[in-house]
Amino acid sequence: MNIVVCIKQVPDTKGGVKFNPDGTLDRAAMLAIMNPDDKAGLEAALRIKDETGAKVTVLTMGLPKADAVLREAMAMGADDAILVTDRVLGGADTWATSTTIAGALRNLDYDLIITGRQAIDGDTAQVGPQIAEHLGLPVISYAADIKVDGDSVIVKRQYEDRYHELKAKMPCLVTALSELNQPRYMTPGGIFDACDKEVTVWGRADLKDVDDSDLGLKGSPTKIAKASDKVAKGAGEKVNLDPAESVAYLIGKFKEKHII
Amino acid sequence: MDFTLDKKHEMARSLFREFAENEVKPLAQETDETEQFPAETVKKMAKYGFMGIPVPKEYGGQGCDPLTYVMCVEELSKVCATTGVVVSAHTSLCIDPIMTYGTEEQKQKYVRPLATGEKLGAFALTEPGAGTDAQGAQTKAVLDGDEWVLNGSKCFITNGKVADVYIVIAITSITEDKRGRKKKNFSAFIVEKGAPGFSFGTKEKKMGIRGSSTYELIFEDCRIPKDALLGPEGKGFPIAMHTLDGGRIGIASQALGIAEGALERAIAYTKERKQFGRSIAQQQNTQFKLADMATRIEAAQMLVYKAAMAKANQKVYSVEAAKAKLFAAETAMAVTTEVVQLFGGYGYIREYDVERMMRDAKITEIYEGTSEVQRMVISGALLK
Repeated sequence: MNIVVCIKQVPDTKGGVKFNPDGTLDRAAMLAIMNPDDKAGLEAALRIKDETGAKVTVLTMGLPKADAVLREAMAMGADDAILVTDRVLGGADTWATSTTIAGALRNLDYDLIITGRQAIDGDTAQVGPQIAEHLGLPVISYAADIKVDGDSVIVKRQYEDRYHELKAKMPCLVTALSELNQPRYMTPGGIFDACDKEVTVWGRADLKDVDDSDLGLKGSPTKIAKASDKVAKGAGEKVNLDPAESVAYLIGKFKEKHII
Repeated sequence: MDFTLDKKHEMARSLFREFAENEVKPLAQETDETEQFPAETVKKMAKYGFMGIPVPKEYGGQGCDPLTYVMCVEELSKVCATTGVVVSAHTSLCIDPIMTYGTEEQKQKYVRPLATGEKLGAFALTEPGAGTDAQGAQTKAVLDGDEWVLNGSKCFITNGKVADVYIVIAITSITEDKRGRKKKNFSAFIVEKGAPGFSFGTKEKKMGIRGSSTYELIFEDCRIPKDALLGPEGKGFPIAMHTLDGGRIGIASQALGIAEGALERAIAYTKERKQFGRSIAQQQNTQFKLADMATRIEAAQMLVYKAAMAKANQKVYSVEAAKAKLFAAETAMAVTTEVVQLFGGYGYIREYDVERMMRDAKITEIYEGTSEVQRMVISGALLK
C-alpha cells in the first residue's frame, strides 16, 4: 500500500501573526513549522504504516527551504520525500497549488492521499478537495479517525455536533484534522538518517498533464485585497433551556440589542 | 573553525527541546516534591530512542554522536535536572564502558536492551570510605569455581534501585611492589539486579536532583558468573577512570542545562517584575548580571561541546572533560545563585523553579569527581 501525505511549511502563528508594511505576511519574522493538520495526517499515515507496512511518501510544494518539513517528516518515519519547487510556481493560490500538486501526484503510484484540512496561514481548506477533483478521486474531508479496511478506508468525518462514518474505496483522498491524533516525535537516529537521505526535487517540467495557464501567480484567480490576523471572538454565552424558553430568551436578547 | 551547528544537530536540539517542554517540564516540580523517580518519562524517552543516542544501530542505539547525546542531557536538564542525570548515568556510566571494554557477547546481551531503554543502567565505584580517593575502596571479588563472589557495599549510586544492570568496581587481588607496599588491583564487573546476595540499602534523602534514585548497594556473598568480568582482570581502575571521563561530559551538560534554564527564567521574570515603577530588567544592575551570566554560559557550552567532539574523535579527552565539568558546574552554581537573588523573595519560594535549580546545581560540583578532582586532573596534565 502506498500513502502520499501532502504537507506544507507554514509560519508558526502561535505567538501571533506578523505583517510587512505592505500587508503581506512577514514570513521571515516567524518560525516555520509543519502545518498542524498536515502533521496529524502524517501521523495517521505512519500509524497505518506501523500496522500494515505501507510505504509513506511526503510531498510539499514551496521554496527550497521547505526541505526542512520534509526532513522532519522523514525523521518521524516517512520513507520518501518530494519537494516541488520552481520559480514559475510562486504566488499560487489554492487553484494553482492544487493543480501543481495534482500534476506531481500523477507521477506517483498511490492508494491513499492524505492532506491536512487547512493550513494555518491561509485557512482556506480548499487545496485537499481540489486535488481530489483534479485527479477524479473520492474525497472525505475533516477526518477525525482513519482506518484501513481491505481496499477501503473508513473515516470518521467531523461535523460541529456529530460525526459521520464514511467508507470509500481506495484510491481516495482524505483531509485530516489536527484533533485526529497526537503526532509522534522524531527520533535522534531518524533525524540523522533523514538528513543523509535524498529529497527528490521536481520542477515545472516534472508536472504531468497541467497547463501553464493554471500555474503560479498567473494561474491564480484569487486576488488578495487585504490580510489580517484572526479576530478573537468572545467566549459567548451558553444557556440550557427547553426549545420554547430558548426562543423567548433569544428574542429577548435580539430586542435588547435592537436587532429586531 | 566554524561554531555553527549543522542541520542534524539543530534538528536534534529542537526535538529535545520540544520533548523537554511538553513531557518533562510539567512534571519537574512534582518530581522534586515527591522524590519520585520519573519512570513514565523514562518510558517515553525509551520510546523515542533517548536512552541509546550515541550507541551504534547494530546494538539497538540511535547511531548518533556524543554531541547529540550531550544536547539531549542539556535540554532535559534545562527543565528537570533529575531527568538529565538519569540519562547521563545510564548512557555514560553503564552503556559506554560495556561498549568500550565489553566482549561481543556482553555487548549483545547488555547494550541492546540498555540502548533501547528496556533496561536501565548504573555505575558503582564510590564507597562510604572511598570518594575522591577511589583507591580506598574495600569491596572485594574472589573467583570461586565458575563464579565471582562479591562482598562489600557501594554508596550514592545514581539510578540505584531502578537500574537493571550495574557496573561494579571491586578489588580482585592485592600485590606487593619491590618496596613491599601493598597495591590493590581492581576489576570491573557487570552485575544484574536479582543476583543472589545483591540487595539495596537506604535511599538517600538529597538536597537536589531529588527524583533521582540514589541508593546504597550491598553485596553479601553475591555470586555472579565468571564471564561477568568487564575488560581484563586487574584493569578495573583505568576502566573506571576512563568511564568517569565520559561521565563528566554528561554531568557538564547537565550543569550547562541547569544554568541555561535558570537564565531563561530570569530573563522572563525580570521583564515582568516591576519595582520603582519599571521592570527590573530595565535596571542596569539586572542587565549587567544577565549579560555576565549569558557570557559565562556560552563559554561553558563551548567547553562542553568541545569535550563531546573530542570524545567523538576518539582522542584522549580527560582534560577536556575535566575542564568542561569544572567550568559548567561552577557556572551552574553561580548562575542559579544569582538568579535566585534576582527573583528576590520569590526565588526562595518552592513554587518557583529557580529555588529547585539552585539546589540541583550543587551536586554537579560534587559527583563524578568534585571540582577539586577536576583541578587535579587539569593541573596534573599541565605539570606532567
